[in-house]
Amino acid sequence: MNSPLSSVVLFTIGPVPITQAVVTTWAIMAVLILGAALLTRRLDPVPGKRQAVLELIVITIDTQIRETTGVQPAPYRSFIGTLFMFILVANWSSLIPGVEPPTARLETDAALAVLVFLSVIWFGVRATGVRGYLKSFAAPNPVMIPLNMLESITRVFSMFVRLFGNVMSGVFIVGIVASLAGLLVPIPLMALDLLTGLVQAYIFAVLAMVFISATVEEGQPQATDAENAPPSKNKDS
Amino acid sequence: MDYLRLASIFCAALAVSFGSIGPALAEGRAVAAAMEAIARQPEAANTISRTLFVGLAMIETTAIYCLVIALLLLFANPLLA
Repeated sequence: MNSPLSSVVLFTIGPVPITQAVVTTWAIMAVLILGAALLTRRLDPVPGKRQAVLELIVITIDTQIRETTGVQPAPYRSFIGTLFMFILVANWSSLIPGVEPPTARLETDAALAVLVFLSVIWFGVRATGVRGYLKSFAAPNPVMIPLNMLESITRVFSMFVRLFGNVMSGVFIVGIVASLAGLLVPIPLMALDLLTGLVQAYIFAVLAMVFISATVEEGQPQATDAENAPPSKNKDS
Repeated sequence: MDYLRLASIFCAALAVSFGSIGPALAEGRAVAAAMEAIARQPEAANTISRTLFVGLAMIETTAIYCLVIALLLLFANPLLA
């Protein structure tokens, strides 16, 4: 049985080896981009069925962002929504026979985690400036600076291992059961995988949103003072 | 050499088996507490179950770490390379 930690190299472009997971990622990206472009080509003020479904998705993502962190969803909608949709489609791509979800390999999850790490910096700097972002490391008090710096690395690492472990273990177990017991036996496990894939996509997006909003909130000028924080929050929302 | 191989297989099984005890107990407690909360306040079921799912995934991560360690021992053991 193939090791779940190694990747299958399909071909190389120059010196860069292209693995199976990368090709699947490209396919998912193409499907998502083309689908989004085609579905949103003609938008009416009075939505039809297709547009109503799309609006439902967007409104659901907005509601989740607002309810989990209490911030306005508009600046974060595109990043968090894309993250969620991509991971969801990637996790559920195992439904197509012969396709292995790219999130079951180390490189895709590592790339997603790096993306979250960079986006925390990007949104933090954009909302509060470089000073505000740096100040968010000294959030409760300056003693916590080393711990906060460590945390900013370890929390994305734990997101990476969480997504990888969950999706990979699902794929791995289905593979083992299929090789031991036969054709139709792993179907209940695959159904469980669908639930795991949805929950993991949701958690990845929510955690990214929580990290971003925590950084933005801690970088605000008044946020270090505990008494000033609640009024400023009410003003924003 | 042979001992190392034996020990890593044994430790992989040990890591998964003992590493899943804690999360199992914790998830049971979390679900029980969420059930109680939903029974008391059915109108807050949405928020509670959302928080429950996020929390369960967090708890589950500890077991997943053990699984990753076990797979490292079995498939990418640095000592056997």
